[in-house]
Amino acid sequence: MFYRESGHFRTTYRADQAIFPIVQDRWSVAAIAVVAVVAVPWIANEYWLQAILIPTVIFALAAIGLNILTGYAGQLSLGTGGFMAVGAYATYKLTTFLPEINILVMILVSGFFAAAVGILFGIPSLRIKGFYLAVATLAAQFFLVWIFNRVPWFYNYTSNGMITAPPRTLFGVALTGPHASAEVRYLVCLAFLIVFAYLAKNLVRSATGRSWMAIRDMDVAAEIIGIRPLRTKLLAFAISSYYCGVAGALYMFMYLQSVETLAFDVNVSFLVLFMIIIGGLGSIMGSIIGAAFIVLMPILLTNVPRLLSVQIPVELAKHGEQMIFGGLIIFFLIVEPLGLTRLWQIAKEKLRLWPFPH
Amino acid sequence: MDILGALLLKPFADIGGSPLFFLEVVIGGVLTGVMYSLVALGFVLIFKASGVFNFAQGVMVLFSALTLVGLMELGVPIWLALIATILVMIALAFAIERLVLRPLVNQAEITLFMATIGLTFFLEGFGELLWGANVKKLDIGIPDRSFDVGGILVNEFELFAAGIAALLVAVLAVLFQRTKIGRALRAVADDHQAALSVGISLTSIWVIVWAVAGIVALVAGVMWGGKSGVQFSLSLIALKSLPVLILGGLTSVPGAIVGGLVIGVGEKIAEVYWGPYIGGAIENWFAYMIAVAFLLFRPQGLFGERIIERV
Repeated sequence: MFYRESGHFRTTYRADQAIFPIVQDRWSVAAIAVVAVVAVPWIANEYWLQAILIPTVIFALAAIGLNILTGYAGQLSLGTGGFMAVGAYATYKLTTFLPEINILVMILVSGFFAAAVGILFGIPSLRIKGFYLAVATLAAQFFLVWIFNRVPWFYNYTSNGMITAPPRTLFGVALTGPHASAEVRYLVCLAFLIVFAYLAKNLVRSATGRSWMAIRDMDVAAEIIGIRPLRTKLLAFAISSYYCGVAGALYMFMYLQSVETLAFDVNVSFLVLFMIIIGGLGSIMGSIIGAAFIVLMPILLTNVPRLLSVQIPVELAKHGEQMIFGGLIIFFLIVEPLGLTRLWQIAKEKLRLWPFPH
Repeated sequence: MDILGALLLKPFADIGGSPLFFLEVVIGGVLTGVMYSLVALGFVLIFKASGVFNFAQGVMVLFSALTLVGLMELGVPIWLALIATILVMIALAFAIERLVLRPLVNQAEITLFMATIGLTFFLEGFGELLWGANVKKLDIGIPDRSFDVGGILVNEFELFAAGIAALLVAVLAVLFQRTKIGRALRAVADDHQAALSVGISLTSIWVIVWAVAGIVALVAGVMWGGKSGVQFSLSLIALKSLPVLILGGLTSVPGAIVGGLVIGVGEKIAEVYWGPYIGGAIENWFAYMIAVAFLLFRPQGLFGERIIERV
C-alpha cells in the first residue's frame, strides 16, 4: 500500500535513471545513512564501535571490491587479503615517508598501488578462468604476504616486524594513533564506505559495469559485440584491488592500528569471499549485508551462551563455534543460494502487493 | 649486480659443484611430491565425478588421521583402527552427500565450493572437539631414518610412502578401468545427464567417490601424520596441493601425480638453492608461482582436458 511503483511519474531522463527509482527506497536508504552517521556514534558504546561496527564497515568496503571482481566481472579471486595488505603497507610507507600530507589522501593514493598489483596478478585471468584462476590468485595472496613479512623495508625495520599506525590528525582531530576515538575512526570508515558504495553502485550500471557483466555471462559473446576482454578484465582487477587496498589501509589504520602480516592471511580472503556469497553475488547491498552477517555471527555465537547463562568449557566453545559457523554457512547456502540480498528482494516484492496479494 | 649473480649464477654453481647432493635434493623432492600427489588425487576424484571443487579435502586428511590416532590412543589395535576409520570416512561420505550435496544440486559451482569451505570449518571443529587439538604422534611402525644408496641419503619413511602411493594409484587405476563401478564413475565424469539417462544413480556414485576420496585422504593422513605428527597444520597441506592441481589439471589423475612430483622437486630445489639468497621460507608461495607461470603458457595444465577456452 505504501511501497509501490505506481503514481511516480518521471518527466526527465535524470529521474528515470535514478539509482533508487522508488521514492520509499530513496528515503529509507537516506534514513539508514543518516542514522549510521548521526545516531549510531551517539548511541553505540566503545565495544560496539570497536568490535562490531568498524570491522563491519571496513569489510563491507572490501566485500564491495571483491564483488566488483567476482560478482560483476565473474573472476573468482582468493587474493583479497594480499591486496588489502598492499593498501595497508603502502599507506604506512607513504605516511611515514611524507608525514605532512594528510593520512586520508595517503589512503586514497595507496589504493593505486593495490590497483597496480591487482593488474599484475590479474594477467593470468586472460588465459584461465574459474577455479584455476582462484588458485592462481592464491599465488598473489601468499607471495604478497611473504614479501611484506620478509623485506624489512616495508615495515621500516622495526624489531618485531609489526607496523603501527602513527598518530595523524585532520583539523586537530586525531584520526589514527592511540588518541583517536572509536567514534572518529568509525565515522572516517563510514564516510569511505558511503562514498565508495555510491561510486560502485553507479559504476556497475554504467557502460563499464555492463561490459563486466557481459564478460561474466559469456566472454565469447561479449567479445563479439565489441567488448575488449583484456581491458575489461584488467579494469575489473584494478578497481576491485583499489577498493580492497583502501579497505586494507582502513583495516590497519582505523581498526587494528598495529598489525603484522598475519592479519592479512588467507583466512581474510576466505572471509571476504564468504561475505559476498552469503550477502549476494553481484549486489552492492549484498556486500554490506554479508559483511555485517559474517562479522556478527562469531560475536553472536560467543555471546548467546553467556546471555543464556550457560557455562561451556573453553575448548568446547571454541570448536563448537567453528562447527556452528561452518554448519550455518552450509545452511544459508542451501536455504538461499542467491544470498541474503535475495531475501531482501523477495520482501520488497511482497511489500509491493501488500495488503492485497491476489 | 650482486643480487642478479646470487639469483642467476650462484645456485647453478652450487648444483654443479656437488651433483650427488643435488640428486639427494631431487629425491627428497620426489618423495615430498608423492605426498602432495596423494592429497591432490582426492581433489581430482571428486572434481571429476561431481564437479565439486572440494576444499575440504585437506581437512578430511586431518580428520581421518585424527580419528585413527584417537582410536589408537583408546587402545584399539592398528588394523582395527584402520578399518574403523575407513568406515567413519564412508559414513562421512554418506552424510556429506545427503546433507550438503543433495540440497545443493544444480547450484552454481562457486556455491558448492563455498559449501565445502563451510564443511572445512565444520570438520575441523568436529575433529578437534572429538579428539582434542594437541599434536599427536602417529606411530605406524616404519622408522623415519635415512640410509645410504651409493653415496646418496634416502629417507626410508618417504620411500615407503612413495611405495604406498604407487600401490594406491594402481588400485585406483584398476578400480577405474576394470570394474563396473569404475565405468559408471567415468560415465558420470564424462556427462552427468547421459549417465543419468542410462540408469546410473548419480547419488550413489557421489557417495562412492567421496568415500574413495576419504580413503585416499586417510592414506595421505597416515603418511603426513607419521612424518610430522597429527596436528592442525595437516589441513594446510591442502593449500600446498592446490598448485599441484592447476599444474596437473583438475580432471586428470596422472596430472595430479606428475604435478605433485614437479611441484615437490621444484619447491625443494628452490628452497635449498635459491631460498638462502632471497630470505628463505619461500615454499609457501613458490609452488603457486610455478603453477601460475606454467598456466600462462599452457592454460589447460599438463594433462587437463583440452577444452579450448580462449578468452
